[in-house]
This record gives sequence, structure tokens and C-alpha cells, in this order.
Amino acid sequence: MTAFTSLLARDMRIAVRVGGGALMGALFFLTVVVMMPFALGPDLALLARIGPAILWLGALLASLLALDRLFATDHEDGSLDLLMMGRMPLELAIAGKGLAHWLTTGLPLVVISPVLGLMLNIEARAMGAVALTLAVGTPALTFIGLVGAGLSVALRRGGLLLAVLVLPLTIPVLIFGVAAANAAIIGGVPFGPPFTILCALSLASLVIGPIAAAAALRFGLE
Amino acid sequence: MALIDLANPTRFLRLVQRVLPWLIAATVVLFVIGLYQSVNAPDDYQQGATVKIMYLHVPSAWLGMMGWALMSAAALGTLVWRHPLADVAGKAAAPIGAAFTFICLVTGSLWGRPTWGTYWVWDARLTSMLVLLLLYLGVMALYWTAEDPGRGSRAAAVLTLVGALNLPIIKFSVDWWNTLHQTESIFRMGGPTIAPSILWPLVVMTLAFTCLFVTLHLMAMRNEILRRRVRTMQLMQAQALAEASA
Repeated sequence: MTAFTSLLARDMRIAVRVGGGALMGALFFLTVVVMMPFALGPDLALLARIGPAILWLGALLASLLALDRLFATDHEDGSLDLLMMGRMPLELAIAGKGLAHWLTTGLPLVVISPVLGLMLNIEARAMGAVALTLAVGTPALTFIGLVGAGLSVALRRGGLLLAVLVLPLTIPVLIFGVAAANAAIIGGVPFGPPFTILCALSLASLVIGPIAAAAALRFGLE
Repeated sequence: MALIDLANPTRFLRLVQRVLPWLIAATVVLFVIGLYQSVNAPDDYQQGATVKIMYLHVPSAWLGMMGWALMSAAALGTLVWRHPLADVAGKAAAPIGAAFTFICLVTGSLWGRPTWGTYWVWDARLTSMLVLLLLYLGVMALYWTAEDPGRGSRAAAVLTLVGALNLPIIKFSVDWWNTLHQTESIFRMGGPTIAPSILWPLVVMTLAFTCLFVTLHLMAMRNEILRRRVRTMQLMQAQALAEASA
């Protein structure tokens, strides 16, 4: 497990140092959410109703933002080749990189989301539930995104291709995330079922994401 | 002829040459019968003549989904058995499947206008078909951006399989989402069974469209093989020129 933890520490160190993408995602998230009231008008009742959807969309776009450099920098400096030849299974290495990416990009989103929820007029009690759905759902976004990151580095194309490939696959996460958040705010429907399905989606993508990304890298870089 | 024999493109092209005239003939005959039957099929007592859109709509929906199933099988062939023809099959199927999905969406919305009063509803079925179209376009974009056909096809195969895993989840989640937000049910094919006078033309038309799909697919595969040959010949020519000038 030492190889795994050292990879995790290395990726997190790179992310927080100069040129790293950590907190950039949180900043982008903040900007997207701030843009929304300008487009929709400062109607607090409306914002309270669609607030969870805004937060979820912002989180989705922000977690995509840093993904296309996830393997690309490692590919350029050759460390990806070392990971592929090393004794640690490539799937595990990719899971480690995904975890580091989530800790530096996804987790900050979850942490600042209550502040933004305040600006969107979501009440404090419900905001806890929204933050909880984001905490459970953003790993799914990152790990589904791993597949797109693997494919785009194999083809040496990043950016828009990644978004086109990954966004349709994240629709279930978005549906259940927003459904659970709305259930907590509006009520009427139980919070449990959509939330547990969201957990299931996260757990499934935790397995499928690294396996598919490893396959994409192996087939693409051979 | 075993599947592995078809790994030789020349042999495959010869087979296509032999089969294609029969397939085209079968497609034409089936379309003549199916169109004749569907023109003469009775109108629905409520929807009138608009029910005939179904003869275009249902076969394209079926082929849109069959296209992805075919691509998934081809993706397995590419990744597991490295069958040289599998990636050609997958690449050729993507635009055809996307076209049928698009036809399904367009005819569906044209049908929706007179019967539901709107072109588009965020209904479960419509939405999941739209996502299918997006996935098709994503795979096509992936093929399109790859510089080297072999590498692109393996990447697209991975994406196709991930999509095949995800499509049922998307279908199911969209169903769930719809039932939560929308109480009014608009599209119910079940319930009363379709009268035989309307059902039979539909069966024939589905067969006709499936024949059309197979014909187009074989032709697209032939074109792709020829395109790759042209590419190889161009590369060889460029190399020869470079060596001559060096």
C-alpha cells in the first residue's frame, strides 16, 4: 500500500503547488454560481427553488474542468509510463490519482457549497442535505470522468472532447443528486431512496471508472 | 465460413460483393410490400392518419438501439479477440445508428405535435433516446479526432462498452426522474393491444428497415476498408517520395 499512498501524496502535493489545479475548480464553481442570478434575475424565491440544481450543475462543470490534465501531464513527463510498468496494478494507480483529484477538486466544492447555498437562499437545514448529496455524488463525477481523461490522453486530445464524452454518462448522478437535494428541501417525497441510489452510483463508478480508464490507457498508449 | 476467415479483408469484400445484390433486392421488396400495406392500413379511430408515422418511428427506434448493441458486440471483438473487422464494423455502425436515432426523435416529435399538442416533452422515453443520440455523437467525435484508425477504434470500443453499461442505468434513472416530476402519463403503448390490421404492416416495415440497416452497414464497412487501403497507399507513396528526395 506504500506505493498507493505515496502516489496519493505526490498527486496532492502537485495539485496544491504552483501550477496545480486545486482550488481553481472551487473558484470556477464560485464564478458559475455567481453568474446564475445575473442570468435568472435576483428573484430569491426562484433561486431557492432551483438552487440545488445550480449547485449541482456548477459542481459537475467544475469537476470536469481539471480532469483533462489528469493523465496528460504525467504522460508528458513520462511518469505515466512508469505507473504502467510498475508492480502496482494500473487500476489501483488510477484509483489513487482519482482519489487525489477528488480530494483537491471535489472536496473543496463540497466545503464551500454551504456558503453559496446561503447566497441562493437555501435554508440552513436543507443546505446540510444538499452538501451531503454533493459529498456523496462528486466522487462519482470524478471517477466517471477518469474514463474520459484516459481516452483523451490516449488520443492526445483534451478539453471539449472530454466534456462531450463524459457529460452524457453523468446524467444519472445529476438526476439522483438533484432529486435527493430537492426531496430534502421541498419534502413530499422521501430523501432516502434517491440518496441511497446516489451512493450506489458512486460506489459502482468507483469500480468501473478505474477499470475502464486503465483499459483506455493500455489500448491507447501501446 | 468461420468468423475468423473474414479477418482477411479481401475475402470479406468478396462476400459483400456476393451478398449485397440479394440484400438490396430483399430491402426493396420488403419496402414495396410494407409501404403498400401501411398506406392501406386503416386509420386510428382517434388519431386519424397520423398513426401512420408509427411505421417510420417504431422501426427507427428499434434500429437506434440495435445499432448500439451491434457496436458493443464489435467493441468486444476489438478488445478481446482483436478481430480486424470488428473495429471496421463498429465504426461503420455509429453514423447509421445515430441517423436512425435522429429519425426516431424527429418522427416522434412530428407525431407528438398533433397527438399530444407539443413537439417535445421531457418524457422518459424521449429523454433516454436523446441521451442515446448524444452518446452516438460522442463515439463519432472520438473516431473523428483519432489520427490513427487503430488507436481510435480501441478508444471508441472502451467508450462503447462503458456506454453499454450506462445506457440501462440512464434509461432507468430517467424513468424514475419522470415519475417523480410528471404525474401525467402521455405515452402508453401497452394496454390495448394493437389491431392486427395495423400490426402487420408494422412488422413488415420493421423487417424492411432492418434489411436496410444491414445493407447500409455492409456498404459502410466496404467503404471503410477501401478508405483505409487508400490511406495506406497514400502513406506508402509519401514515404517513397520522401526516400527519393533524401
